[in-house]
Amino acid sequence: MATTDISAAAPTAPADEGTWDQARAERKDTREGWLFCAPYLILFVLFVIFPAVWGLWISLHRYDFTLPNKPFIGLDNYTSLFDGSSPWSAVFWESLRNTILFGVLSVPLLLVLPLAIAMVLNRKFAGRNLFRAVYFAPYVLGVAVIAVLWRYLLDTNVGLLNYYLGRAVPWLTDVPEAWVSLVGVTVWWTLGFNCAIYLAALQGVPRSLYEAAAMDGASPSQKFRNVTLPGIRPVLVFVVSTTIISSMNMFGQSYLMTAGGPGNETRTAIMQISDTGLRQFDSGMASAMSVIFMFFIIIISGSVFLLTNRDSDARTQKKSKARATA
Amino acid sequence: MATRIRRRAHSFGVAVAGALLLGLAGCSPTTLSIDAGAPLEEGGYTGPPVTIEYWNGFTGGDGPYMRAMVDEFNATHENITVKSNTLGWTDFYQRIVAAVHAGQGPDVAAMQLDNLPTQAARSVIVPMEDAIEQMGFTAQDFPQTLVEATEFDGHVWGVPLDSHTIASYANTDQLTAAGVTAQATTGQDFGSQLTALQTVGVPEPFWMPNQWPAHLMFLSLLWQNGGEPYSADGLTATYNSPEGVAALTWMVDQVTQGVSPTNVAKDSQYLAFKNSQNSVTWDGIWQINDLKTTAPTLNWSLAPLPTVFGRPAAWANSHQLVMLSQRSPDPDSQQASKEFIKWMVEHSSEWAAAGMIPAYNEARNGPEFTSMPQSALAAEVENFHYMPSIPGIGDVNQQTLELAVSEAVLGRKTPQAALDEQAARADSILASNAEKFATDQG
Repeated sequence: MATTDISAAAPTAPADEGTWDQARAERKDTREGWLFCAPYLILFVLFVIFPAVWGLWISLHRYDFTLPNKPFIGLDNYTSLFDGSSPWSAVFWESLRNTILFGVLSVPLLLVLPLAIAMVLNRKFAGRNLFRAVYFAPYVLGVAVIAVLWRYLLDTNVGLLNYYLGRAVPWLTDVPEAWVSLVGVTVWWTLGFNCAIYLAALQGVPRSLYEAAAMDGASPSQKFRNVTLPGIRPVLVFVVSTTIISSMNMFGQSYLMTAGGPGNETRTAIMQISDTGLRQFDSGMASAMSVIFMFFIIIISGSVFLLTNRDSDARTQKKSKARATA
Repeated sequence: MATRIRRRAHSFGVAVAGALLLGLAGCSPTTLSIDAGAPLEEGGYTGPPVTIEYWNGFTGGDGPYMRAMVDEFNATHENITVKSNTLGWTDFYQRIVAAVHAGQGPDVAAMQLDNLPTQAARSVIVPMEDAIEQMGFTAQDFPQTLVEATEFDGHVWGVPLDSHTIASYANTDQLTAAGVTAQATTGQDFGSQLTALQTVGVPEPFWMPNQWPAHLMFLSLLWQNGGEPYSADGLTATYNSPEGVAALTWMVDQVTQGVSPTNVAKDSQYLAFKNSQNSVTWDGIWQINDLKTTAPTLNWSLAPLPTVFGRPAAWANSHQLVMLSQRSPDPDSQQASKEFIKWMVEHSSEWAAAGMIPAYNEARNGPEFTSMPQSALAAEVENFHYMPSIPGIGDVNQQTLELAVSEAVLGRKTPQAALDEQAARADSILASNAEKFATDQG
């Protein structure tokens, strides 16, 4: 997304009626542009591109930085994960499955609920600012704080929630209850962020459009579909991709609240990768896991991007066609 | 103007590239000196003033006692300053391994005994047998079982500061109400005490955790039953033996017989004990200070675990003082480090106040220690069992044994099935670890 913005902001193609001189001048401008990007680019290459490529290289070795021997083993790390001969294979795939399950459960909630709340908060009513702050408040807390807090609230035998329920629901020690807890806590925790973004987008939808819709006799649901949704569309795409990516990166909640339990049922991919790489120093295997995980994320967010993009292309085409016929 | 900017950007690029090269140079292999170095002279360290770094993970109730001891050492040693750095055990080993291999490691550290073989295999710590001799200690100064556990690969890797174990905490008010005067010493007595407690209004007197310290309870019971968690060569997991299955079955029985509620979550057995919701809980003796400060009105007693199976046994671990491998060893720091370790062990009766059992026989038999609650366990020292010396064993335990115990206690699998499944996984991890750490020797 960022790249499209940049290319849009800095046109590289010479203007239609421009002379040769002007074209050269503009080419010079691009160089200045690179210059201004340089500080960021250098850091980006140094801390993102270079480690990523190095990680690929490491994944082809049995790599433990504390041991003098780091033999090159080709694709062994990958094949042993795929054919199940690595002791980490089963638990890695399980953690990947868990991560995707968490995404499937939490992303829809994190897209719909904040939008509903943002629309309510966008109306004028007494105490509106208080509620805006209240919904955003959990987001400012760190994951350690919210996890420990909820661990005590959700405790099966000494927790406050079960005390009020009068039953011993195993919120953290059995599935599917543990998923309900983890998804619930995550939604409660991060909902405010999406809510704030939605709210900003909603405030950017011109009032005149709603007035025009009202004049045409549009019902509230028609207004939502034809004014609100198209109005916040670019923001919606942003919210969808960031929410998916942050769900895929889930780690702290299950690490601190369930410790990956019961069994390995709530162990997530990042948890498994960090255990393998940073606790057992098996960097080769951990890098191979990361690469596989990265492909999954690319496939998921890529298809979401294509889906929303094609959809919007279809729409603009339909619109321009409509305009042409009119 | 533009050219000036460009030139500046250019020099910035050069600087960054330079920094990158330096960083790469820092990563390239440079030899570590895996040696305790300069011997400690009899009169102690007499050289020029020196500052040594000491890393430890005592962030809990034990922290203040460790700080006090370091302060006292600094006050009594003019030419040595110990700078201590407390990190928290959760990422202690990650950091110290990275620091040592980057040539930024401390001079001295406290580590848990079961981690020493791993750290030795990773060239993080140095052999200490010569240093121990220079300090004037002999094997007779420490419990036999502990001395044996400290050996790995023909060397001794640390100087024992303490032993810590799990023990049985009991709510004495509730015990008295149930007509019990002393904690049970056998499994049979333990069962009848729990029944007695149930009749006086504690329906679930003994909560069975599925996470920490559940695996420590399991290991203790396994050893009581004459089993071993791993084979002597460190290549096979043996905790799924009949002895292991019986031990885990006993734990699960506490839940199925209703002595414990189901689904006891992380830490709640201990919280419930503080709230008098249960009467007996097995936990680490390092919780003594936490109980004293966070549940000051609770009356409790501490006793060795009851002998449920054939012989008395309890899981134990030990804090060991170690010296770290250095890129550029400094003889003065090395001597000062030894002096510091020697002083700490000799003064370990002060450390006992942190809820530990001093390893040094003289400190353990002294009057300061015998007045402390955990001195009830001092006679058990020879019954303590330590994890076998296998590099990487901590991770194997965490990834397999802890999982098996958890799944059985939660009733998701039978003890036999849970232990069999995880033992098979442990075997393959042990095999890959053996291969990994063996290449190091070559």
